[in-house]
Amino acid sequence: MSEPVPVVEMTNISISFPGVKALDQVSFRMFPGEVHSLMGENGAGKSTLIKALTGVYSVDSGIMTLSGSRVAFTGPAQAQEFGISTVYQEVNLLTNLSVGENIMLGREPRRFGLIDWRATRIRAAELLTRLHLDIDPNSLLGSHSLAIQQLVAIARAIDVQAKVLILDEPTSSLDADEVAELFRVIRSLKDEGVAILFVSHFLDQVYEIADRLTVLRNGSLVGEYLTDEILRIDLVQKMIGKELTLLDDLEKKTHDSTSGDDGETPFLQAIGLGKKGAIEPIDLKVYEGEVVGMAGLLGSGRTELARIISGIDRPDSGSLSINGKPGRLRTPRAALSRGVAYSSENRKAEGVVEELTVRDNIALALQADRGWFRRIPKRRQDELTASYIQALGIRPPNPDALVKNLSGGNQQKVLLARWLAIAPRLLILDEPTRGIDVGAKAEIQKLVVNLAENGMSVIFISAELEEVLRLSHRIVIMRDRTMVADIQNDDISVESLLAIIADGSILEDAS
Amino acid sequence: MNRIFASRLFWPVVMLLALFIVNLIAFPGFFSIELKNEHLFGSLIDIVRNGAPTLIIAIGMTLVIATRGIDLSVGAICAIAGAVACSIILGSPDPGSVGTVVVAIVVAMVISLVLGVWNGFLVAVLGIQPIIATLILMTAGRGVAMLITEGQILTVNSPPFKVLGSGFLFGLPVATVIAVAIFVLAALLTRRTALGLLIESVGINPEASRQAGVRSRGLLFAVYTFCAFCAAVAGLILTSNQTAADANNTGLFIELDAILAVVIGGTSLMGGRYSLLGTLVGALVIQTLVTTVYTVGIPPIATMVFKAAVVTVVCLLQSPTTNAAFARWRTSLSSRTRKGVAA
Repeated sequence: MSEPVPVVEMTNISISFPGVKALDQVSFRMFPGEVHSLMGENGAGKSTLIKALTGVYSVDSGIMTLSGSRVAFTGPAQAQEFGISTVYQEVNLLTNLSVGENIMLGREPRRFGLIDWRATRIRAAELLTRLHLDIDPNSLLGSHSLAIQQLVAIARAIDVQAKVLILDEPTSSLDADEVAELFRVIRSLKDEGVAILFVSHFLDQVYEIADRLTVLRNGSLVGEYLTDEILRIDLVQKMIGKELTLLDDLEKKTHDSTSGDDGETPFLQAIGLGKKGAIEPIDLKVYEGEVVGMAGLLGSGRTELARIISGIDRPDSGSLSINGKPGRLRTPRAALSRGVAYSSENRKAEGVVEELTVRDNIALALQADRGWFRRIPKRRQDELTASYIQALGIRPPNPDALVKNLSGGNQQKVLLARWLAIAPRLLILDEPTRGIDVGAKAEIQKLVVNLAENGMSVIFISAELEEVLRLSHRIVIMRDRTMVADIQNDDISVESLLAIIADGSILEDAS
Repeated sequence: MNRIFASRLFWPVVMLLALFIVNLIAFPGFFSIELKNEHLFGSLIDIVRNGAPTLIIAIGMTLVIATRGIDLSVGAICAIAGAVACSIILGSPDPGSVGTVVVAIVVAMVISLVLGVWNGFLVAVLGIQPIIATLILMTAGRGVAMLITEGQILTVNSPPFKVLGSGFLFGLPVATVIAVAIFVLAALLTRRTALGLLIESVGINPEASRQAGVRSRGLLFAVYTFCAFCAAVAGLILTSNQTAADANNTGLFIELDAILAVVIGGTSLMGGRYSLLGTLVGALVIQTLVTTVYTVGIPPIATMVFKAAVVTVVCLLQSPTTNAAFARWRTSLSSRTRKGVAA
């Protein structure tokens, strides 16, 4: 395969934010007429790279060339001038305008200073025809499905003589037929020589459409591969990576305790629990004192399941019983009162209350449970805060510090302290160790082991398989919004887990 | 030193002191307070009496704003409360009796509380944006007041009712005593219980609060109802002071003064952390401003412009950009001094 001149070439790009190196010496290139997929878990640096490419972020160091000439963007408008267009995950169009108006918005042809509506409609119709889309440009955008709106967004994007089209998670809200339609459009653009960057967490789709893959992990480049030449299992392994083995001294005793088959009532039992568009119906049991690991790629349904169990989202099928008693958990409050606490993966948006102090954050769930007027006495609050600051090693050890001024790992510990303060029976930890340093990670893992020894059930969700394997008694594997395996953790290897995540099949040694 | 600068109360207090000084220059007797007939008199007393309605509403508004909301209907509720009270007093055979006035006040308060619950319902249950939800009552409320007064200005001559606006208690104006009582009530109610924490938590991050089990619905009902309560009290004081209920003019634009008092006091319109003490200072700044207009002798046509100028200055002083600039200026200043010492 002879390689033509890349339309985009980024060499040794680095971008830092206060306290974080978001991209570290990453190189990336795109060729005309090729679909390139950017792969990586959350926090890998995908969106930072896209934002560098679209001029939203300026790079700290590194070289960017477009069609061979060196550029340095100072803003998104400049990137657009160079023919780089982006369609974001959330369609940001105006549903109350017509399809044609949306496509041409801000670029309407003018006559005598006024908008030439006739020319606008004709131009919009041309663009739709170019994508072989049979949509009336005069129809209201809001009257079409999300998939059509997505395609209209693409029509809008290619109008600016796009040489590079970036599609960020374009399929996350589309069904199979709609995805097929989108892919048809992508292929026709590709034939016209447009370079397409396709970001998706659906592996099947990536393998169907992408010619070339670039894998990022923790802000660093793992490698660039041709899709035909890399096996899925290798790809997943490269995305997830192998962690430092600094934590291996955690005792293996977690695996010894048996649970399940002896007729004991599970603390939590879900039967056929599902929610349309989020997760297929699933059966799940969690026993007292058991750590259930939940593995799977981003978007596999692991968070969706946790949110349904903990009353944050409402299921539309199936039933749930806690301690043998059936009951619906319609709100997080209801779940908390029955001893089920969920610690969100989205720490800033759904976890800590950043403008409040460490003390207030730790007390929040307990106080909410006690009601408005039975305030936790000041002295009790201080004791509680002091004990968790010490037990979890929260730094700085200042109860009056605002949580927004703490590092990610310490914010996570504050959040954990909040849930521990209400002494839940089942604690669901969604990515509790993401984006935090190795030391804090080890402390949180140790804590999970201790909690389970003291009879608390834990559902531990993590993208890091070593971590899941180390802590869990049992492992539930999610893939494409359904559960593909529920296995005891007896010396399962990372490789066999990877195989299940990648292909949905259980290898011999895992069964 | 830096802590004083960083305090949210710094600029409002500086502003208040500056206004005091301007007044003192224009009118040397500004700070003097006399005792006549066991009643206190003086410019400062006028400020705390005339500023009482705005302060009372601003207290309720502070809590609403802390939940990321706003209540535009307080002026209309003032008018309704006044209209209800006056029409009951006028309709009774004995307008001068204490019993009549008590009934009038209680009925006015209850109706206002219902209006507060209505606002709470729109915001908490139907999820309508607070500015729209309360706009409904802001516009419709004056119409309701108009219906109650049948389009008339209801002038009442009831000595017990007059006490509310112009009476004295322990030498202090009754209106001021009521304002202080509500201030203390609000402070105790939110800071001695968990209400304050939960209100701030919902205001800063509603989703995180929901996941922590905080019931925001009840909280929203509570703050909007309390705000309506405050508005009704203020409305009764205003009506009593004018000895008349005027559906069109009682409490007109008082919502804007109240919001301004909250903002000057350092509570962000984005919700979250609030300061009742700041609101108190803010309300005093606004009322002192009005007094200043008279003492300095600014012509009435220029009053609004003057007020606008002062408010603009306060807001500029509090803006994050200005604060950052000040912080830079201070660090460069202190580093220069340090270099000077080193040299």
